[in-house]
Amino acid sequence: MPAFPSLTRRHLLGGAALAASQGAIGSARAAGKFTVGFIYVGTRNDYGYNQAHAEGAAAVRKMPGVVVVEQERVPETVAVGNAMQGMVQLDGASLLFPTSYGYYDPFVLKAAKADPAVTFLHCGGLWKAGQPLNAHSYFGYIDEAVYLSGVVAAHSSKTRKFGFVAAKPIPQVLRNINAFTLGAQSVQPSITTQVIFTGDWFLPVREAEATNSLADQGCDVITCHVDSPKVVIETAEKRGLFTTGYHTNQMVLAPKGYLTGAEWDWPSLYPRLVRSAMAKQPIPNMLRGGFHSGFVRSSPYNPIVPAAARKQADAIRARFLAGNVAIFKGPIQDNKGSTVIAAGTVLDEHDVTLEQMNYLVAGVAGSVS
Amino acid sequence: MNAGAALGWWGVPLAVFAGAIRVSTPFLFVSLGEVITEKSGRINLGLEGTLVMGAMAGYAIAYLTLSPWLGVLAAGLAGLALGLLHGGICALPRVNDTAVGIALMLFGTGLAFYLGKPFIAPKAPGLPAIDLGFWSASPQVRAALQINVLFFIGLACAPLLGWGLRHTGIGLTLRMVGESADAARAMGRSPVRVRLLATGFGGCMAGIGGCFLSLGYPGSWNEGLSSGQGITAVALVIFARWRPMACLGASLLFGGAGALGPALQSVGVSGFYHLFNAAPYILTLAILILASRPDRMLGGAPGELSITK
Repeated sequence: MPAFPSLTRRHLLGGAALAASQGAIGSARAAGKFTVGFIYVGTRNDYGYNQAHAEGAAAVRKMPGVVVVEQERVPETVAVGNAMQGMVQLDGASLLFPTSYGYYDPFVLKAAKADPAVTFLHCGGLWKAGQPLNAHSYFGYIDEAVYLSGVVAAHSSKTRKFGFVAAKPIPQVLRNINAFTLGAQSVQPSITTQVIFTGDWFLPVREAEATNSLADQGCDVITCHVDSPKVVIETAEKRGLFTTGYHTNQMVLAPKGYLTGAEWDWPSLYPRLVRSAMAKQPIPNMLRGGFHSGFVRSSPYNPIVPAAARKQADAIRARFLAGNVAIFKGPIQDNKGSTVIAAGTVLDEHDVTLEQMNYLVAGVAGSVS
Repeated sequence: MNAGAALGWWGVPLAVFAGAIRVSTPFLFVSLGEVITEKSGRINLGLEGTLVMGAMAGYAIAYLTLSPWLGVLAAGLAGLALGLLHGGICALPRVNDTAVGIALMLFGTGLAFYLGKPFIAPKAPGLPAIDLGFWSASPQVRAALQINVLFFIGLACAPLLGWGLRHTGIGLTLRMVGESADAARAMGRSPVRVRLLATGFGGCMAGIGGCFLSLGYPGSWNEGLSSGQGITAVALVIFARWRPMACLGASLLFGGAGALGPALQSVGVSGFYHLFNAAPYILTLAILILASRPDRMLGGAPGELSITK
């Protein structure tokens, strides 16, 4: 790969005051130090997906002998290829965290092939045999934490109608909607979830409209799966509704109604991965985990969460931590009446069929098409 | 907590009504400002950048001073500065206003992102809303009638500007400059100066429209806050045939249509949500096609406007 064009581009950007608006947060090449690069698709303090990763990066920064370089607002285009190349060649990074889903194919794969000495840890991709061995994919079973949010919220709901603001009907999102509903139904079987798909990952005005529409339909618990839950949580708080968070802790945005939330525990995982990489220990190419492996966590309970809810949720969490509970166990019907998981079938968290989910369970009002 | 009974299908008209008010305000301010700019014979495509800059400046100043109204003032001033910059550059010989507009759109957005970094996380005080739903027992109706003060200001501006264009000396001068720069020069008016001021005014309005997004609805600053409201509003001006009152109607229509997608999904019409989400654009296309006449020019278009000349 020619080093020169990228070199020129980065130097130009670094020299000009424009660098900040392009998202170059800092660059450092420190001799003898282990440099780790983080690349985000959005802003680091979005109260959402990117902030969760940035909190992980902050934990890595505290490790001795490690230098962290970060770049924000890098689109899922050839721009991420340039960003990765820049971090490797100019900052001397030996480990990269390109954190957005769309970075993986083809950009991470291409970069991993070009620089076999660099380790790439990508969030959410599906590594397949035959792909470069220095490309790794990690992801958390956050549906476990979302399930717990459903359990907690079921204790607070009076209307027994939940609202879910979702970006797109892709498997990861459907899995969360289903887990949320199943968790709530495990407490109160008559609970239903109304879904609104906004169509994209970040649409503040439409997310606010969706939240208001759900409030108008009598939903009294709102949650979401969008990149930045800030608008949804704040709008629901204004309408006096309960909320459960996603990606990171949004308690400060909604101190009255925020019950708990499903968070990525990247500050627990990333230092472990960096330590493995520094010690040249092998890292699996497909790395997955839930509560059990410290990939996900729940936000601390709001004081208003009743004791019964805490007790039940804590008991289920203990079973998740022990690794002996499955959310998706048959019989499960979808919301069109067909059986999607037969009676007696238990899909444990590692089952890859769950990563191809294309249905909404009974009790969810919404459509995947 | 205090959620009332479900509204069912009544939720759809209510959401469209409430959405028309909540979502329309940025469109309204930007398009009213742009009517004045275009009436002087110039088009400013940079208003998207101005809107984002206004959203950022308003939020930042409201956060720093704890006063949302100082935020509105700052947004207006930031917009004014960008508008005057556009007007000033276009006053130079052989400068194309469309190209300058696109440059300023990128400049305004980039500058707002750069300066706005520290203000994404903090919480600024929002603009107050007037509670017009106090008479209703339904929490849904009460929420829909929590109407932001800025909307009423925009509502008042539309007839005021319409009247001003038609019945005041300033309005006459503005229209004359827009219709024929030569005629204006013969009358001793300076087209350059009038256009500079008109673009400045348009920028100021766009800045205020932007701060509605950050201080009103949805009410926080983030880099993805605008989904093209600024550029859409420029199109609305043409759609409204350069009439301020029609801008009001077009903005309300656009806002209401934008609320249709989520509202329909909330009552269970879940298929084709992409199509319903695109309702505002489909509506605009349909009305433009229905309203177009092959036998004449766009009614109300200023003669000096580069896009219609």
